[in-house]
Amino acid sequence: MAYHSFLLEPISCHAWNKDRTQIALCPNNHDVHIYKKEGSGWTKIHVLKEHNGQVTGIDWAPESNRIVTCGTDRNAYVWSLKGDVWKPTLVILRINRAARCVKWSPKENKFAVGSGSRLISVCYFEQENDWWVCKHIKKPIRSTILCLDWHPNNVLLAAGSCDFKCRIFSAYIKEVEEKPAPTPWGSKMPFGEVMFESSGTAGWVHGVCFSDSGNRVAWASHDSTVAVAEGGKSATITSLTSETLPLLCVTFITENSLVAAGHDCYPALFVYNGDKGALTFGGKLDVPKQSAQKGMTARERFQNLDKKASESKEAVLESLHKNSISQITILEGGKAKCTKFCTTGMDGGMVVWDVKTLESAMKDLKII
Amino acid sequence: MSKNTVSDRFRKVDVDEYDENKFVDEEDGGENQLGPDEAEVDSLIRQGNLMGALQAVLKNPPINTKNQAVKDRAEGLVLKVLSSFKSSDIEKAVQSLDKNSVDLLMKYIYKGFERPSENSSAVLLQWHEKALAAGGVGCIVRVLTARKTV
Repeated sequence: MAYHSFLLEPISCHAWNKDRTQIALCPNNHDVHIYKKEGSGWTKIHVLKEHNGQVTGIDWAPESNRIVTCGTDRNAYVWSLKGDVWKPTLVILRINRAARCVKWSPKENKFAVGSGSRLISVCYFEQENDWWVCKHIKKPIRSTILCLDWHPNNVLLAAGSCDFKCRIFSAYIKEVEEKPAPTPWGSKMPFGEVMFESSGTAGWVHGVCFSDSGNRVAWASHDSTVAVAEGGKSATITSLTSETLPLLCVTFITENSLVAAGHDCYPALFVYNGDKGALTFGGKLDVPKQSAQKGMTARERFQNLDKKASESKEAVLESLHKNSISQITILEGGKAKCTKFCTTGMDGGMVVWDVKTLESAMKDLKII
Repeated sequence: MSKNTVSDRFRKVDVDEYDENKFVDEEDGGENQLGPDEAEVDSLIRQGNLMGALQAVLKNPPINTKNQAVKDRAEGLVLKVLSSFKSSDIEKAVQSLDKNSVDLLMKYIYKGFERPSENSSAVLLQWHEKALAAGGVGCIVRVLTARKTV
């Protein structure tokens, strides 16, 4: 697993381009830096300066090659590559608090922005006016929206919020698309309709993710739980309380397996069994190489006892990331059969994880 | 000074109460929760069945009720059971609990820390150590993030 340290500051958010040769990230300031992979290193090729506040969300549309960014300055910009320069277009979100997260829809004709104004702005391009227009989803959200994920049908949107709930909304915009077919989450989908609202987990919802088919949604919440809901006549919710610190981001890597990471600085695997309705912990994915235990002299032992009241050596974080992991993105294979995923965190580093290598390194690991 | 700056009563107004966007927790109708059964727990302690007493006192937690007296009584009862354990038996007792019970025990432990009495903190710290070993830091995070607690 290659660990690359980009910066000393936390990476606020990142997004990859279509062929995974370039990464756009925010180095905890008002800019977006785009790095290009050259050999085994990364070189900075673009700096996107337009935001007046920290950039909290970046998403790169693979087909249309447009980047959307949102920040604490209550704005979002859509960037298009003209020649060799990225040109921004302002999008008026009509929010009066910071924007927190942004995601392109699967067909890239809309994007959604979650904000501290307790609403979601769904933006689409209006051809006649040559301008991005937004519609708001307000009810029944009662606090900041922390994370978003689109359903593959381009209409349903899952949102995790600080009011302790994960909800699925319909973001159907009649100007840009046809009426969607019925899904396990419901058949009538007017704009702003709540198709599903979670219950049973307390704590802010930090990360939310639809499975590849869109029939399942998983979320990680601040009370150290991870939960999966399956759509149907009555949506079933299965949750798992974990013994670790809260998880900040979660993603499906197959229809039944999730990878989640957070304040414990390592990604962990969770396995969902739909028939039994059970969610189980599959294992830590960061297995540090066991360094040879060097013997301690008696002198060292007494010194430790004097200084730290314990005989063992200094506890060092053995995981690859040295600080909380804040975002996971799938690199290859999609959410159905992911083969590579990437994590970035508050240590300014990025790690690309290879699923096959993980499977062979950990004998008990089963990714079904 | 002009007359309207003399009074400072405005400083005591709780402005959050007038905020129309104020977050109000859902009502969960906990008026029927009475807390663990005092008689049952007492009899189990007298019989010397401490494991049984622990299981009994962790039943019916007064989580949703707003009645402070019920909560205080439950906490007192739990403290009584925890104090009657021998130090060497604590670990086994915690192992016998399931995940939700360990979370609930941790909630009672922290509630007990809030109002320390004679010997309570020492006992609670021993239980805290064992409960932490069983529930991990996640268990403590759940105590911190719970909106409705014992």
